[in-house]
Amino acid sequence: MTGTNAARPSAQIEPQRVALVDLLDRVLAKGVVVSGEVILSIADVDLVRVSLQALVSSVRAQAQGPLRDAAMVTDNAHQPEEG
Amino acid sequence: MAEELGVWAYAITASRPGPQGVDDVTGVDHEPVRTIEKAGLVAVVGTVHLDEFGEEPLRRKLDDLESLEAIARAHHEVVALSARRAPAVPMRLATVYRDDARVAAMLAERHDDLLQALKQIAGRTEWGVKGYATNAATAAAAEAEAGSASHRPGTSYLLRRRAQLSATEDARHQAMVSAQEIHETLAGLAVAARLHAPQDPQLTGEAGWMVLNGAYLIDDVAVERFAAEVRALSDRHTAMRLQLTGPWPAYSFSAIEDAVDDAVDDAVDDAVDDAVEDKDPLA
Repeated sequence: MTGTNAARPSAQIEPQRVALVDLLDRVLAKGVVVSGEVILSIADVDLVRVSLQALVSSVRAQAQGPLRDAAMVTDNAHQPEEG
Repeated sequence: MAEELGVWAYAITASRPGPQGVDDVTGVDHEPVRTIEKAGLVAVVGTVHLDEFGEEPLRRKLDDLESLEAIARAHHEVVALSARRAPAVPMRLATVYRDDARVAAMLAERHDDLLQALKQIAGRTEWGVKGYATNAATAAAAEAEAGSASHRPGTSYLLRRRAQLSATEDARHQAMVSAQEIHETLAGLAVAARLHAPQDPQLTGEAGWMVLNGAYLIDDVAVERFAAEVRALSDRHTAMRLQLTGPWPAYSFSAIEDAVDDAVDDAVDDAVDDAVEDKDPLA
């Protein structure tokens, strides 16, 4: 949705480069969990902790790595301190 | 030997996506995304190879930052696309079924819950608000600097250090109070609100101590007002830097309660409570 007024955070839902940490908050912790015939679901908290631990170590190891870019807020996000 | 296949679930919607469907996006295994319909509900799914996305290989992938990011982004892209077309309940990352029949059975079995979840999010989107305490960060930085600058623990140093620690505590306490006020105000404008655990500064790359990581389910018609309130709160709380993210698919507001999920939610809620009560959750 190019050309949208950036000062106006309207309900545009176009793909943006969202911050990985914000995404992980959501896709790992929440979302529907329906058990039953699921082979694997990350309802397993330990697995989530392990993954995030790995994530933290990786980030520390590559402080200048690609996550620096990924950690920016979405392009369409309003940043009050600049507005 | 035949390849073993599984069905990765992305989201559930109440109506089949439009004529163009979800054909223009591929999933976590670069597979075409398709739909399975049952009982008036539609599961957005993709067929994945179990040698890559079965339980063991998947665990290994999720422990690796690069593959975790690739999977999370691919999953999100399908969920977000589904959510743009129709109200969609996101599935948690890494929900894999043995075959289409199991997915259909799930849709039938959880029909009422899913319908209720869809009703809750229709015409609404999720917005995230993160708050960083700038004062507390400054105070903590000054404290660290003072600690390293002096090597002689004389009386004047100890007194100065005690004062700095006290100032840091005050700043942090003030930040928690502000975060609470901000959250309550924003929750008042939301259909539902929920707190995520504060993010590790190592992951955010942000200077400042995160004291608020809230998610708010907002009526589409109220989004402008919500954003304006975030601006107003930001102006009012000068020691706090606020970031608004979104719109998100309703990830934080789609939990369907079952025994397993309750346990996880309780654990997360406890962690959040601890973080709010603890003066220094990042220590």
